[in-house]
Amino acid sequence: MRIEHFDIDFTLIPSNVPTWLARVDAHQWRTACFQVRQHGGRLVSLWGADARETGLVIYAALAIPTGLAVLRLNATDNSYPDISEIFPAANRMQRAAFDLFGIKANDARDQRKWLRHASWPENRFPLRKEFPINSTYPTESDHYAFVAVEGEGVHEIPVGPVHAGTIEPGHFRFSIIGERVLRLEERLGYKHKGIEKRFETMDLNQGAKLAGRVSGDSTVGYAWAYAMATESASATIVPPRAAWLRGLLLERERIANHLGDLGFLGNDAGLAFGLAQFSILKENLLRTNYALFQHRYLMDTIIPGGVTRDIAEADAEIIQTEIDQVRETVIRMREIYDEHAGLQDRFMGAGQVLPETAARLGLCGLAGRASGQAWDLRVQFPCEPYDTLDVAMATQNSGDVAARVNVRFDEVMESLRLCECILDRLPYGDIATPLLLAPEHAFGLGWVEGWRGEILIALQVGKNNAIERLHPHDPSWQNWPLIEYAIIDNIVPDFPLINKSFNLSYSGQDL
Amino acid sequence: MNTLVSGILFQVLQSVLMVLLAPLLLGWVNQCRAWLQNKKGAGIFQPYRTLRKLFNKDAILANNATVFFQRMPYVLFACMWLAVGIVPVLATGLPFSPAADVIALVGIFALARVFQALAAMDIGTAFGGLGARREMLIGFLAEPAMLMTLFTASLISQSTSLVTIVDNFAHHPFAIYPSMAFAAAAFVMVMLAENARIPIDNPVTHLELTMIHEAMILEYSARHLALIEWATSLKLTTYICIGIAIFLPFGIAKAGDWMALPLAIVALLAKLAAAGAGLALLEMVSAKIRIFRAPEFLSTAFLLATLGMLTHFLLEV
Repeated sequence: MRIEHFDIDFTLIPSNVPTWLARVDAHQWRTACFQVRQHGGRLVSLWGADARETGLVIYAALAIPTGLAVLRLNATDNSYPDISEIFPAANRMQRAAFDLFGIKANDARDQRKWLRHASWPENRFPLRKEFPINSTYPTESDHYAFVAVEGEGVHEIPVGPVHAGTIEPGHFRFSIIGERVLRLEERLGYKHKGIEKRFETMDLNQGAKLAGRVSGDSTVGYAWAYAMATESASATIVPPRAAWLRGLLLERERIANHLGDLGFLGNDAGLAFGLAQFSILKENLLRTNYALFQHRYLMDTIIPGGVTRDIAEADAEIIQTEIDQVRETVIRMREIYDEHAGLQDRFMGAGQVLPETAARLGLCGLAGRASGQAWDLRVQFPCEPYDTLDVAMATQNSGDVAARVNVRFDEVMESLRLCECILDRLPYGDIATPLLLAPEHAFGLGWVEGWRGEILIALQVGKNNAIERLHPHDPSWQNWPLIEYAIIDNIVPDFPLINKSFNLSYSGQDL
Repeated sequence: MNTLVSGILFQVLQSVLMVLLAPLLLGWVNQCRAWLQNKKGAGIFQPYRTLRKLFNKDAILANNATVFFQRMPYVLFACMWLAVGIVPVLATGLPFSPAADVIALVGIFALARVFQALAAMDIGTAFGGLGARREMLIGFLAEPAMLMTLFTASLISQSTSLVTIVDNFAHHPFAIYPSMAFAAAAFVMVMLAENARIPIDNPVTHLELTMIHEAMILEYSARHLALIEWATSLKLTTYICIGIAIFLPFGIAKAGDWMALPLAIVALLAKLAAAGAGLALLEMVSAKIRIFRAPEFLSTAFLLATLGMLTHFLLEV
């Protein structure tokens, strides 16, 4: 089948979102990427795979107006044409693909390592099939060539990976003059745990638990994307009630995370009152989660084929009462935030990513919508239950911290409405169905709008529903590099606030 | 002779009392902050527990730390203790007071600040230098504003000696000085800046990139850190006491007047508690300003203090 603007043959993959797969050659690989770029599309993910008999392959998932186009290229001589010139977001993904598979992007300007921190030798590639899962290597000393900024009065501040507070590890190298930031360079990968390798020892049902732990704060998003991928590979149809409950869980996760972030954004600007109020709201939500779904963060509630917890009429009333309370408080808190001159002074103009920069570099998800990038899977490619809920997308154009705060406020309000609609119209029936047997080598794909942005899970099935290869993709891959842009010309003490306004995942990126 | 002995007794009493009470004041401020956030809080005695914990730990020093880095906590503590001894809070006519007037007092704070900044740069970490730089920026703006505030008070009593200033306000017929209203507003702003409180600095932050005071002391541990923390609470107490002495001196005893002492202590505690609660409230409703707004903030303080002086010449002379 052909898609408009492309001269490549695509096969439609059965999935809840419109997805096509095409095998391409090196020339088509670059041309297709270029055409997508020309028509306003963007790169969603890039990952490698070891296809044993055919050698190593590289995949690229591209968002196009009609859905998701996945390109598959055989990496002859363990290399493939670079696409980071077309999509700057590909840079780190290509470097990670080299660290894990040893497939090189030819002519890419940046060939430094990305996920490898001298925990395994340079010439060994952990995601190749011949690499034993339990191998250990002595840690070597690590060297990474940061870009040096020179000039009179310029100096560097290295921050992390160990921080003064209890946060995830990441290294930030600031080149500053006085308090002004000339350049920030990130070094991530400290949380590399080998999740992708671990998946390859599991079958489709076992993998759900691990998928829900790729990035803890997005457990529902990941679990749903994973379930969607397994269901797409095995052509399992989920009962409607399960699909609607998944929607409820995902929106509750979005609300909880947005509330937490709004509190911390106030706190990072020195307004502890904001944190206290939003923490109460979030905590109440988590306690209700525990009471109704047996887990505060809703882990393991979504499984391939459905969900594990149903809600009764009485539970629905509890949720409804809570929605009313949260809505009332959030409206009042928004007034306080909007009218607090000191807070607005910190928020406005800080960490600005202009829409043009966002479009060029592929900013996505919540941060993207705050910079005028109108992408929201729930609106553009709505699967059940979103197809009948008429989701309103929250966008802002100023691209600063204030914009990201406003998008969060808008999305909380919209998610509260969605939860109400779901409770009103929740269909009756089963909440799970057994997963069917997927054909060997079946390709499955899950694409879900998590609270941070779009989570993609690409799955290749082996024999008897075993996982042959699974790649979980976090929106943080695209958005981390944008923080380096957002901070330019801001002052050093504003960095924590700007960083928080993006609130990206370390674990989801480091894998 | 007798006045000297009782003066010395008053001096010892006040110095010991203040050094023991200082952590309590900090605990009270933190407790008020917690209440204002709908939290239970750790209780007003938490700073004492923290001090005990820190004194029982083994100190760790950087390999390249010089004597500067090691001695700074002692110098800092000594400076703050001396400062609190100079300010007449319980009684006027303290023997220490003639040794230093308000200008010398500001000088003592400056001495402590310079030592702290040098020690912060001593071991060469990025955050030490960052914090020292920011602290000097704040200090260099805060000191003139502080002096102007004190000068306004000096103009009324025709003396830069704190004892004379306090004596003049406390033990003379009540009079309304419009200039002192300006000076008080300026003083509160300087106090917030000098004590690393919101909106200039955030004393409870864990974000190393935003710190000013905390960034300078990140590398300290155990007894060194304990002394610094104690000195920090002493500094806050001293500032609040200066504010009380100049703007609310009522109830203070005269040297040697033992009968007035109980009332003076009660009045002091009530005033400290009210000031602590007010500080917590002020901090709770403000956000932290960008560091480059600090000059604006402190110039406003300077301007207010100057207005106070002008008002004095226009209305009160």
